[in-house]
Amino acid sequence: MTADDARRLLRAMWRIRHFEERVGRLKRTDEVFGLIHLSVGQEGVAAGTCLQLRDDDAVYSGHRAHGHALAKGAPLDRVMAELMGRETGLCRGMGGSMHLVDVEHGFMGATGVVGGNIPMALGSALAARQLGGDAVAVVFFGDGAVQAGHFNETVNLAALWGLPLIMVCENNGFAEFTPRSAHTVVERVSDVVAPYEITRETVDGNDVLAVWERFGEFLARARKGEGPFLLECLTVRLRGHYEGDPAAYREAIADEEWQKMDPILRLQRHALKQKWVDEGELAAIEAEAVDEVEAAVAFGRESAFPEPELVAELVYAGSDA
Amino acid sequence: MSHELPYIAAIDEAIRLEMERDESVIYFGQNMATTENAPYRQAFGDDRVRVTPISETAEIGMAVGAALAGFRPVVELYMAEFMLVAMDQVTNEAPRFRAMSGGQVKVPLVLKAGWGFTAGWAGQHTGTLTNMFMGVPGLKVVSPSTAADAKGLMATAIRDDNPVVYFHNYLLTLDHGEVPDGEHLVPFGVADVRREGSDVTIVANAHMLNQSLKAAETLAGEGIQAEVIDPRTYAPLDVDTILTSVGKTGRLVLVDSAPRHSAASNVIAGEVVERGFDLLKAPIVQVTALDATVPYSEPLEAYVIPDADRVAAAVRGVLGTAPVGV
Repeated sequence: MTADDARRLLRAMWRIRHFEERVGRLKRTDEVFGLIHLSVGQEGVAAGTCLQLRDDDAVYSGHRAHGHALAKGAPLDRVMAELMGRETGLCRGMGGSMHLVDVEHGFMGATGVVGGNIPMALGSALAARQLGGDAVAVVFFGDGAVQAGHFNETVNLAALWGLPLIMVCENNGFAEFTPRSAHTVVERVSDVVAPYEITRETVDGNDVLAVWERFGEFLARARKGEGPFLLECLTVRLRGHYEGDPAAYREAIADEEWQKMDPILRLQRHALKQKWVDEGELAAIEAEAVDEVEAAVAFGRESAFPEPELVAELVYAGSDA
Repeated sequence: MSHELPYIAAIDEAIRLEMERDESVIYFGQNMATTENAPYRQAFGDDRVRVTPISETAEIGMAVGAALAGFRPVVELYMAEFMLVAMDQVTNEAPRFRAMSGGQVKVPLVLKAGWGFTAGWAGQHTGTLTNMFMGVPGLKVVSPSTAADAKGLMATAIRDDNPVVYFHNYLLTLDHGEVPDGEHLVPFGVADVRREGSDVTIVANAHMLNQSLKAAETLAGEGIQAEVIDPRTYAPLDVDTILTSVGKTGRLVLVDSAPRHSAASNVIAGEVVERGFDLLKAPIVQVTALDATVPYSEPLEAYVIPDADRVAAAVRGVLGTAPVGV
């Protein structure tokens, strides 16, 4: 990792952090309309992976997708406008928080049904192989999706055909409202795929350096035609499953403890120690993110709601026939 | 020019022609390499023709992902019921991504599913699932009744930019018919008037269409002229052709092998009543299967699924020449 990589990572993580926290506040006043799942605490995984990808690499995510979309290059103001249901939104207000798509940047889609995205990424990996380039497919999912048939069917086929698919599991220990121990006897997601003998690794997902390095290695190998890979990132979902979830099923993490675990603060401390940045630059990076998020809220507020004609227009695609 | 082919071979002809015409068409499913489909691999190679494990969710999900990346996958599902294993991909993902993305993507794929094998194949291989899919926004649903339509609807399905559920009726598998040579496209949303008549309109598809045509012959001997219409595609649904016919006959009998409360005929009846109530001289009658699992035993299967006699009886009832009833 270079000083410049660290700056890019910090910028990406602060953008996600402030975006998510702002969305949480907008949700409380219903300026953000629908069902919202925030990824506060998990920024290290989105940034440590997506910043290494190209626009022609296909990325899929699930219901907690804001961070992945932003890290993959989706314009922050249009993601905010989407959450506010506006015509200028990333998906013209048709998808919302759980269904972000940004084809231009290779963010091929997010699904609201746990596990549904995983076989779709398999299709992108198959397409990448068939097209003959070195593009890859990456899919993000939580530990809850691993118990779904989608995951197991996909792992089997990706391994059978050796496809350039990198599966990134954000293991935050909770499948929606339930701890992993209530769902399975297998503690480590990376162990679930052991019989397929695919390359797999469990890392501390709040250690951006570890995510960056291991994912970078998998990516380089996938570009050379190897695959699939599974990267399990142990991380922390600071908020409830959805905005409004009182999360009575677990104890909140003490602030002091979180300061030690926070992926952003950890990278900041490392970057300072390496003398890559100084305190002034760190403050500037965060301030820039805050400003961008505020500008996005203003952009959303100024944008019109979509016209009703859009609904019928988008049911079917026109045919070449 | 045309040639005679069995229904199932007409489907194959369309897939082969489309695969020759367009390299983005890929074909995969269970048993593809080891059975009668092996010639596809010989003709188009292992990249474009793939055998998959029994993993419907992965097969259909993979088709969605490949479609998003510009391919036109055809998924061989053998039995329509197998598609139900992957309902998440069929109903939540494939048909919704265009809308949810604000029109950024299209998802051209074909789910080829055999249905209605009411020949002792019992409760999980005999279903008529049309109604289960025709109400899913973004999906197209087609069901050919002749060899020519089997070819033409498959070719149109592969070229369509949307996910298409292509139902082929197993009871028609070996029925021969004239099939146009070369490129043959049957447009979606255009019903086929299979028999003209002035006294009553019968709407039916596939095996039920053949039973209805047989009933129409019987009724003709009694001086009753039935007009018989095959919708051919259920989404989009050509209600106009049915309304035009009802405008002429004033009477409508809807025949459907689905359970009574899960039949496409329910939807057609609703449309006709709402848009053409004043055209009707008698209540619409639906001749459907019972709201029951199709039994294995032959006489019980016949008890549940409609046939030509039941269609004829319903027509007589609608015309007042016998009590209305199914």
